[in-house]
Amino acid sequence: MMRARVAYAGAIHDAAPAREGRPGHEDVRLADGRVVTEDAVVWLPPFEPGTVIALGLNYADHAKELAFKAQDEPLVFLKGPGTLLGHRGVTRRPSGVKFMHYECELAVVIGRPARQVARSQALGHVAGYCIANDYAVRDYLENWYRPNLRVKNRDGGTVLGPWFVDAADVADPANLGLRTFVNGNLTQTGNTRDLIFDVPYLIEYLSAFMTLSPGDVILTGTPEGVVNVVPGDVVACEIDGLGRLVNTIAADDEFGR
Amino acid sequence: MVGKMQAGTGCFSMPFDVPPYRLSGAVYGVLLNHRSALAALGDAAARPPHGAPPVAPVLYIKPRNTLGLSGTVVRIPAGTPELEVGACLGMVIGRTACRVSEPRALDCVAGYLIVADVSVPHSDYYRPSIRFKARDGYCPLGPAVTARAAVANPDALTLRTYVDGALAQTASTADLIRPAGRLLADITEFMTLAPGDVLAMGAAAPAPRVRSGQTVTVDIDGLGRLSIPFMDDAA
Repeated sequence: MMRARVAYAGAIHDAAPAREGRPGHEDVRLADGRVVTEDAVVWLPPFEPGTVIALGLNYADHAKELAFKAQDEPLVFLKGPGTLLGHRGVTRRPSGVKFMHYECELAVVIGRPARQVARSQALGHVAGYCIANDYAVRDYLENWYRPNLRVKNRDGGTVLGPWFVDAADVADPANLGLRTFVNGNLTQTGNTRDLIFDVPYLIEYLSAFMTLSPGDVILTGTPEGVVNVVPGDVVACEIDGLGRLVNTIAADDEFGR
Repeated sequence: MVGKMQAGTGCFSMPFDVPPYRLSGAVYGVLLNHRSALAALGDAAARPPHGAPPVAPVLYIKPRNTLGLSGTVVRIPAGTPELEVGACLGMVIGRTACRVSEPRALDCVAGYLIVADVSVPHSDYYRPSIRFKARDGYCPLGPAVTARAAVANPDALTLRTYVDGALAQTASTADLIRPAGRLLADITEFMTLAPGDVLAMGAAAPAPRVRSGQTVTVDIDGLGRLSIPFMDDAA
């Protein structure tokens, strides 16, 4: 099942695709029966996120792209709730920066508490999946507790959605194609089979020292193909079976700066 | 004080008699904000892999599984002889703080509490693993929120850390590189803080070390006392 959370006509609603199996047609059916077009609603992150855990350099090709050596432990960082944004949201690019890029990622949502879970049992703790776009403004990178929050935890810099897809409906999370389009041009492709640390490993690794709770979400990293984006750009991230997450870049003046 | 916390579950409650009445669960901390902490690095701050001392506040996140109340046992993992306890003044946000100016910043603060940033000691400040700081229970805080109006000056508070009753560290918020208002201004320039969010303003160095069986207490002028018992994971 695919579910969204949207704001419409004065309330927040659970919503489902109005036409299942029609990629690109994201019209929604609200729980109360109304069918509305995707641009008539405000899309929120499709579940209530708890701890947001993100992976750096978890695809070999992207690590190479950024000139990193292979690691023996996942590069994990955390994000706060203020950075989250829904489908069709707007992300600010600060004036004067030289390199701001998207990152299309498979997001794994925890459904059952996970503490010291073995790899073989890990997928049993997953509620479902969604698409994440984890922006970075690399101009602000400093070599202290990388990646620093000014790069990775900016307001509106972590886009989730449009749909939360039940784990039961994702046959093989280790074989999902990812694609990003900027203004309709394909700029990034990858497949989750190329993750350095796959989903079961990440749950085993994390749950060894921190209890994962329902709503906690793991953003599993991005493959190569990150390019600079500028105000006005429309960035669309796709993952097989999860839909298409669209987001627009805006300049400072739109934010009164 | 009465409170309930089930370790690692994120279920957390603490009695408040001031807004915002409950914490959001988001706890941010600032490293190297106490002069002693940056000074302890010496010339290394300017050498590889850092290359330069920090420009923006060095922030980190204590996720909800780390939150604990006064008296909750903190577990020391096998193979780790000691943990570090960084006593910090924590600001509790009372209303949405976005792009606040330094002179008006404290208007966004509901109150203050004690935050103990517990870590597995590590020497890597370049890209340390979160397993040093994000373990279950590694962010005791409390014992309650003291209203902003009851704290005359958050930039002149003394923090005392005791290990089994013996004074192990005395520090002052007067020695923070970025005082409260400046921190809020610099952080909310790029990330909005919400009501109930906590910002731990930074610990002094060297942080006291603690072994299994010991109890750390932290007190801050006017904010009460936080007590943290430590035990081996196996115990």
